[in-house]
Amino acid sequence: MTVAVLVEGLTVEFGRFRAIDDLSLAIDYGEVRAVIGPNGAGKTTLLDVISGVSRARAGRVLFDERLELTGRSESAIARSGVRRKFQKPSVFEALSVRDNVEIGLGGAGDPASHEKVAAILETVGLSEHADRLASELAHGQKQWLEIAMVVVSEPRVLMLDEPVAGLTDEETERTAALIRRLRTPDRAIVVVEHDMDFVEAIADRVTVLHEGRTLFEGSMARARADARVVDVYLGR
Amino acid sequence: MIAPKPPLPARALDDRVFAGVAAATLLAFAAVALWPGLSGYRVNIIGQLACFALLAVALDLIWGYAGILSLGHGLFFAIGGYVAGMHLLEHSVATTGVTPDIVQFMGWTALPAWWAPLGSFPVALLAAIAVSFGAAFAFGWVSFRSRVGGVYFAIITQALVYVAMLLMFRNDTGFGGNNGMTGFQMIFGVPFQSPSVATGLALASLGVLGVTLVGCRLLMVGRFGRLLVATRDDEIRLRSLGYDTLRLKLAVWCLSAVIAAIAGLLYVPQVGIINPRVLSPELSLEIAVWCAIGGRGRLAGAVIGAVLVNAIKFSLSATLPELWPFVLSGLVILVALIFPNGLLDIGRWRPALLSRPGALRPQDAAS
Repeated sequence: MTVAVLVEGLTVEFGRFRAIDDLSLAIDYGEVRAVIGPNGAGKTTLLDVISGVSRARAGRVLFDERLELTGRSESAIARSGVRRKFQKPSVFEALSVRDNVEIGLGGAGDPASHEKVAAILETVGLSEHADRLASELAHGQKQWLEIAMVVVSEPRVLMLDEPVAGLTDEETERTAALIRRLRTPDRAIVVVEHDMDFVEAIADRVTVLHEGRTLFEGSMARARADARVVDVYLGR
Repeated sequence: MIAPKPPLPARALDDRVFAGVAAATLLAFAAVALWPGLSGYRVNIIGQLACFALLAVALDLIWGYAGILSLGHGLFFAIGGYVAGMHLLEHSVATTGVTPDIVQFMGWTALPAWWAPLGSFPVALLAAIAVSFGAAFAFGWVSFRSRVGGVYFAIITQALVYVAMLLMFRNDTGFGGNNGMTGFQMIFGVPFQSPSVATGLALASLGVLGVTLVGCRLLMVGRFGRLLVATRDDEIRLRSLGYDTLRLKLAVWCLSAVIAAIAGLLYVPQVGIINPRVLSPELSLEIAVWCAIGGRGRLAGAVIGAVLVNAIKFSLSATLPELWPFVLSGLVILVALIFPNGLLDIGRWRPALLSRPGALRPQDAAS
């Protein structure tokens, strides 16, 4: 089976601070991988490097076992099929919900792309808000809109940075159901999240990061039982 | 290219205002063309206002839509203006044979030989477009590629126009120094004293303004305009959706520069002079003030702001010129306090806004 994202010996430094320290990990197609860990563990930095926002000091990121992502621009990485939702809901406030998703698709406005946009709006439950401005949406709806913008292009690697931050319990459940629906055999989903119940509901495996290194990798149930994980993260 | 879409409720008002401004431009065109009661002075003022409106539309494209504030658009206006000056001098010499003053005070024997091709209007027009485009492309490419944006970009553009002013003040630069270029005799073979010149220039300015307004409007409601707004709202998000924002920004920046240059090209024959004072930081700052007062990102707002501010300026400069700075500052403060998005928001104004100093967007307050 092909590995969707292969991270090898990755090191990222900001000045003298080492955010990621010789990190290696492999994410398979078909799985939902949660990346968890205390603040400053390097979770968001990992997504930044994979998506091209930050540059690595050493190491490399390989997509689909054929495409080296390190050194490519954000737009080139996105076009190759690796897309990411940001931590803070990032939508185009002055545009309509539909325009936002259309931009995510990058289509030419043909009937087929209109259908795709309509279908994804249905999936995230925003069909009735399609003509409203994105700025008028509630926080949770903005999170879903951004997921729709990212998913509509059918990425092979989908990265979600704290998709349920600031959501109500009911909204969190809806998001979990949404992510389970987005899971397909030819797509890898990477989720960074602090809500452990949510992680348990969606993740096939978890990677626990601590000080830029992998502390643990396995199922959420075993992570909860692992003494080191409890010590640095879960126990607090 | 432009998908037909139902207008959003929040935009319906803007659509009507735009239609109003376009109609007003057409009406002014008809009045200048057909109404004999309009004095030459008034016609000239209308022509100048149209040039300022065009300049404001140019800035609105990049500031209002793409969110890139330029405080140096006088540079592109001046490029068009100086090319117009060189064209008019060449043309005047060719048609009247009279040696212009610039030849004497620059210590030349004749106009520089390389100006000669500019005596042809199509060549001059192409030169204004090419030079403004080239300058904008070079500066924009370097700035946007190194991801200079926001206030840093604004400061650099301000410095750029200031440097250009200092350069043009020097006689050695070869464009008339402090005196600039003046004493134009003929335009298209017609002496400047003829009343048809003012009428023709005003009509040309209004015509170009109208065509530019409609063209830019079509461009902005289409895919290109939506991507510009997306760049303004969240550039990193747009890049991470696979878009090359460098190209988008460069495209609109160069388009804006060329429109500003054409405004300068139309303006200089109407005032009969071009000198380094159009490169003063004050003019470039004022363009931004026109857009801010009228309302950004809606084209119509830029026109309303430019016409309103300059109409007040013209009427005051005839009677009480010393009042002008106070009136302008007062207007800026008033608009910033009551209509942070410009006068176009009068239609959406809710008194409740006054009691909510934190409310930046009236549509939020209303919902």
